[in-house]
Amino acid sequence: MGLLVSEKDIVIPGQIIADGMDYLPAMNTYRGENNIISTRVGLIRVVGRSIKVIPLSGRYIPKAGDTVIGRITAMSTASWFVDIGYASEAGISLKDATSEFIERGADLSQYFDFDELVVAKITNVTKTRLIDLTVKGPGLRKLVGGRIVKITSTKVPRVIGKQGSMISVIKNATNTRIIVGQNGWVWISGESPEEIQRAADAIQMIEREAHTEGLTDKVEKFLGGKKNDSNIQEEN
Amino acid sequence: MTATYKKRTDGRAFDEPRPMEAKLGVVPRADGSAMFKAGKSVAIAAVHGPRQLNPAFMRNPKKGVLRVNYNMMAFSGSGERVRPGPSRRSKEINLVIEKAFAPVVDLSEVPNTAVDVYIELLQTDAGTRCAAINATALALADAGISMKDIISAMAMGKVHDKICVDLTKEEEDMEAVDIPVAMMGNSGKVTLLQMDGIISREEIKEILKKAREATLKVKEVQEKAIREKYGGQNE
Repeated sequence: MGLLVSEKDIVIPGQIIADGMDYLPAMNTYRGENNIISTRVGLIRVVGRSIKVIPLSGRYIPKAGDTVIGRITAMSTASWFVDIGYASEAGISLKDATSEFIERGADLSQYFDFDELVVAKITNVTKTRLIDLTVKGPGLRKLVGGRIVKITSTKVPRVIGKQGSMISVIKNATNTRIIVGQNGWVWISGESPEEIQRAADAIQMIEREAHTEGLTDKVEKFLGGKKNDSNIQEEN
Repeated sequence: MTATYKKRTDGRAFDEPRPMEAKLGVVPRADGSAMFKAGKSVAIAAVHGPRQLNPAFMRNPKKGVLRVNYNMMAFSGSGERVRPGPSRRSKEINLVIEKAFAPVVDLSEVPNTAVDVYIELLQTDAGTRCAAINATALALADAGISMKDIISAMAMGKVHDKICVDLTKEEEDMEAVDIPVAMMGNSGKVTLLQMDGIISREEIKEILKKAREATLKVKEVQEKAIREKYGGQNE
């Protein structure tokens, strides 16, 4: 009776997590006849009496409040459409694009043009997954230059680290500017292409080894080691 | 049916499935993928999505759509070359696999999208739709698709007078009835049941009972494969 697994255990779809009515099903779980069952591959998290499963795989599902990076794919007379790595495109309306005055009939491409990158915040996601973005707010803007590295959105928290610890390590070691979108798109910009490549390698390493412990140390070693000598192959 | 089937051609016990093997993540560019092997039958399933669904009239504003594409490779058969491309048979299998997963796959979180499953049979020795279902279940789990339960399938049947588990092509070509069965792991509810041949009411009951045991063995292999990829992530 009660919980059949412990905190941070791996569960699979259809696995019975808890017996009886002592617990409540939360994210990625449901109540069976007299038990709680997982619907995703993930890690168990118990908060009070509620059980949730933190997914370990899957595509990005947009939700309001997320800061994401996207690419402009289309324009209409009053809005832009942005690819944020989801099945449907997100929209930026004129009023959410800029605080400047836009004249009637103005050429919208002077604000955002095709293929340009933006870091934007999701303001609203409707039931049918129509996504509204805003580029008005602190840190939200058009991204000029740099490159994009795409990672699995479930690994984003590891790339950022506790209070941004991981990302500061990479930024400081490679002297780059990095923005991580919740959708798993990572923008890296810097002076030298080699440094950008090193930062990208480090991020991809984090994605690969997201499940291991002491990752910050590994990344420090990875970035420190590459500068001095070439024995990085053994370290991995 | 006068003859009696005394010993199976490959020496297995009558309720013994062929050796099974499963592996996740065999197609790195897909959102989720898996290989499932039962004896000489090998299926690879790759899941793409949730992604944009075109043509737009196929979209469902209430939930995502699961689309299955089963394909036997030209070189997969044991004799003649398999004619490539869609066929009457593959269309049927697409449909029954979609229906086999309909009760467990929950796509209400991703309306207007498609989840595409591409199944390729690299090598076939009967029981391919069951291998395909087992691979698909793993690939969907790998792709992070929400599922109420794991689906496991087994090719049941009757050869001459004996009820057998996991028929080979050789056995299927004898005087045989083949009955593929797919079941949910927890409840044992049947999500796929087809029959080619004639069989009595008592025998079908017996087959369903044995199918439950056999699909639980499949589930063990599936569970092990998932833990192989994702296990150790909590250390």
